[in-house]
Amino acid sequence: MKSLQARHALLADTGYQLTVLSQADAAGAHLPAFAHKLRETGLLPLRPTSLRVMQINVGKMCNQVCKHCHVDAGPDRTEIMTRETMQECLAALAQSDIQVVDLTGGAPEMNPDFRWLVEQISALGRQTIVRCNLTIIVANKKYHDLPEFFAKHQVQVVSSLPHFSAARTDAQRGEGVFGRSIRALQMLNEVGYGVEGSGLLLDLVFNPSGAFLPGSQASLEREFKQRLLREHGIVFNNLLAITNLPVSRFLEYLLESGNYESYMEKLVAAYNPTAAENVMCRSTLSVSWDGLLYDCDFNQMLELPVAAPAPQHIRDFDEAALNARAIVVNQHCFGCTAGAGSSCGGATT
Amino acid sequence: MEKSTYYNPADLAKFGNITEWQPEMGNKFFAYYAEVFKEGALSEREKALIALAVAHAVQCPYCIDAYTSDSLQKGADEAQMMEAVHVAAAIKGGAALVHGVQMMNKAKELSM
Repeated sequence: MKSLQARHALLADTGYQLTVLSQADAAGAHLPAFAHKLRETGLLPLRPTSLRVMQINVGKMCNQVCKHCHVDAGPDRTEIMTRETMQECLAALAQSDIQVVDLTGGAPEMNPDFRWLVEQISALGRQTIVRCNLTIIVANKKYHDLPEFFAKHQVQVVSSLPHFSAARTDAQRGEGVFGRSIRALQMLNEVGYGVEGSGLLLDLVFNPSGAFLPGSQASLEREFKQRLLREHGIVFNNLLAITNLPVSRFLEYLLESGNYESYMEKLVAAYNPTAAENVMCRSTLSVSWDGLLYDCDFNQMLELPVAAPAPQHIRDFDEAALNARAIVVNQHCFGCTAGAGSSCGGATT
Repeated sequence: MEKSTYYNPADLAKFGNITEWQPEMGNKFFAYYAEVFKEGALSEREKALIALAVAHAVQCPYCIDAYTSDSLQKGADEAQMMEAVHVAAAIKGGAALVHGVQMMNKAKELSM
């Protein structure tokens, strides 16, 4: 599989994605507007609570090409954050109350300045989360020591493992990914990750491998813990159940499989006002590889920047102005408000 | 419009409408139903797989649709789901075959 961009697919154009999301179904019926649902809940305009997390997307390059990737990441993607932009992020961080930096990609570890960035965040006394796809650890000798590096800087590792069976994981993430992920998890366990009392947090992410919503996070966590321990001797801390949003390659999958309309109907039918109150964009700022600011990683991939008059670039960071902004919403936001809610930290209710 | 089948997939979403003509009983049924599928001595996944097996045993297309989705949602995989269907098939087949004992008893009763 190649990225949408490499295939010159229509959906590589974010404007086209937004058009699809705003269209009526075959019967001419429109889904309710997300903004309208928010108004009914008394949450429009959606305002931040307080800025708690800076999520930095350090580039779209990845060693995998997952079918559900909302970033359209892959080996062919060359967008990568420079050290200069990282320095601008660190300067913003130093003058803010943000305590958590969430590093994502792509495979963030493929950015040549990734380790330097982690060291600088550590030096500022802030917590780092890395969204590690696991296979990167075993992809090349230069990455084999990542578990030790993460441990040294007390980095919280958050990794996708859509299922405890090889078939369902490989169907979503690529042939052989499950086996390599298991090996990487064992390497993380070996240095103490996920082991009780070690202080080294290892969380797994459950993304449904198809057009359905995640079940109960607590229930799935119990199942994953039992199966991974019994079959592979693997331990981890928390399972984060995340709903797939109809963006980029997951949107392509929905359209090609004929599941788009029914999936959107499921999301809308499962709209949960409590989840709407707890959406992650209210406490997160998303920074793209080129330093532009977004309300979340999904808005970033749809090129929906933070609303003016909030600053548009990390170099102009202004916490007060950002906390006063109106968060930009669109139809894909139904993914974060369905059922138990969904965020980069899992369920929100 | 002439219907080509008794079953319409869109009707599954209308299941809740049964409360319109008998709210008290309907609401009690759905409250009980929700309680049954909560995690208890059995996990949500185990209950979804049991429901999937029963759906096949009673051959209810609505239930098969609903509990295929639910099983996936609760973390079941294809192998588990097909095994659940085989459990239903084994019980259905076994139920027919075990009556063969009755047939044998009767045949013996009537035979020299």
